[in-house]
Amino acid sequence: MQKNSLTKLGNTGIYVLGDLGRMGLYLLQIVRGAFKRPFRFKELIRQVHFIGAQSSSVIFFTALSTGMVLGLQGYYSLHKFGAEGMLGSAVSLTLIMELGPVLTALMVAGRAGSAMCAELGIMRISEQIDALDCMAIDPFRYLISPKVLATLIAMPLLTSIFDIVGIAGGYLVGVNLKGVSPGSFIQGMQSSVTNHDIRLGLIKSLVFALLVVWICTGRGYFVREIRGAGFGAESVSRVTTQAVVLSSISVLIFDYLLTAVLL
Amino acid sequence: MTDIAIEFKDVVKSFSSADGKKQTVLDKVSFSIPVGKTTVVAGGSGQGKSVTLKLILGLMQADKGSILVNGKDISGIGGRELEELRTRFGVLFQGSALFDSMTVYDNVALPLRERTKKTEQEIKDQIDETLEQLELSGHEEKYPAQLSGGMQKRVGLARALQLKPEIMLFDEPTTGLDPVMTQEIYHLFARTQALVGYTAIIVSHDIPKVLNLADQVIILNSGKVDVFESPEAIQWSKKEHILEFVKTTMGQIYQSHLMEK
Repeated sequence: MQKNSLTKLGNTGIYVLGDLGRMGLYLLQIVRGAFKRPFRFKELIRQVHFIGAQSSSVIFFTALSTGMVLGLQGYYSLHKFGAEGMLGSAVSLTLIMELGPVLTALMVAGRAGSAMCAELGIMRISEQIDALDCMAIDPFRYLISPKVLATLIAMPLLTSIFDIVGIAGGYLVGVNLKGVSPGSFIQGMQSSVTNHDIRLGLIKSLVFALLVVWICTGRGYFVREIRGAGFGAESVSRVTTQAVVLSSISVLIFDYLLTAVLL
Repeated sequence: MTDIAIEFKDVVKSFSSADGKKQTVLDKVSFSIPVGKTTVVAGGSGQGKSVTLKLILGLMQADKGSILVNGKDISGIGGRELEELRTRFGVLFQGSALFDSMTVYDNVALPLRERTKKTEQEIKDQIDETLEQLELSGHEEKYPAQLSGGMQKRVGLARALQLKPEIMLFDEPTTGLDPVMTQEIYHLFARTQALVGYTAIIVSHDIPKVLNLADQVIILNSGKVDVFESPEAIQWSKKEHILEFVKTTMGQIYQSHLMEK
């Protein structure tokens, strides 16, 4: 019984190490694929449109709601200390350094990351990726690198939209509903937000973009190698769920690590 | 130029299952495939037919032994060398492996656009000619989902032929097709082989029909191979698993012969 458990533990350890190694090599291959010619500019633009432009409505509503809630809660807390004038500072710093990059990454993982994972998974099980290999067409250059570059371009842009819309939401609630002075809201924002804070938010959004696209495309690409995923359509659905969960957890872990290192 | 297109020398390939057990699919397998001929690779499920194709294409690496393509050992090659090797192959997959988001025309044009420097007009001329040969003219703007199984196979064949392959690999090419369509597909193989002059390797369950095309037959069983220089030679084998194979796959045709044995 004990020997059985040890064998299982050992096999799981070997599988996890193998999976990490596979994903590490996969990351190197997507980086190499991004520099390989010929570049696929049309596909890159199509992917930026899919990952960026088509995600903008969900980002807009999430940002607006988040900013408005922050405005309400911030006002409630600051009002206790008579510091309503700090509302602009609190809302903008929270959004730019923390909630903007994190929530944008989670939205992109749920919307575009799941789609990328399912697309590659289906292409793998229907032998379309094998067909590319057999035609001597590098699947990393042809399929995956445009998605990676597009996510790296779209994520900071979406994060910026999130920040702007979120701050507008906070302003709307704080100034128009709760009566905070517009001058103190703007002044608080201008005096507290530094270039370093904006840079931190952008670095976070780039790291999260890489994490989301790496995990989501990698899970789809290796759909056949993932233990317990099953076969056929079921394997794609399981791996897609796994990709979204894994990338979301990674975003949250890296958010803490980056804040701890860069703040 | 050698008259052997592909040669397996003592090739071993094993897989580990989730519980850590090792299963040897090919155990010191050796055989050669002659240039310009048709070789049928047969055998039951899980006997290593598809693994053999993947080893030839460099999609998998052998654990031991060597695989020679036109006399050159391909074990362990990668990068540009592997890409160059693959341009010599054409593959027709079991499920056709067409890109569902592309039209028939774009599917067939893909290898030409990606692997050659031909102009769009040159590509169009070449594709028009191939589609006409394979009776696909008029279907250029359709998507794979709008085609029947037989037509999808023909589009897959058209795509595989674009780079004028020296060696064509067919992985279960008639799976899921009715007998009439199967016959039509085999007829197309014979016609395109006569036109292009490629070496054909057909992995198929469709015995005995596919044997009509075969110059050589390789039967995989429990990690070992039996090579027959002609389909007719199979019936003279005295090996138990070959007799069983003949009995289950060729049915009535050799029934009387088996009774005599």
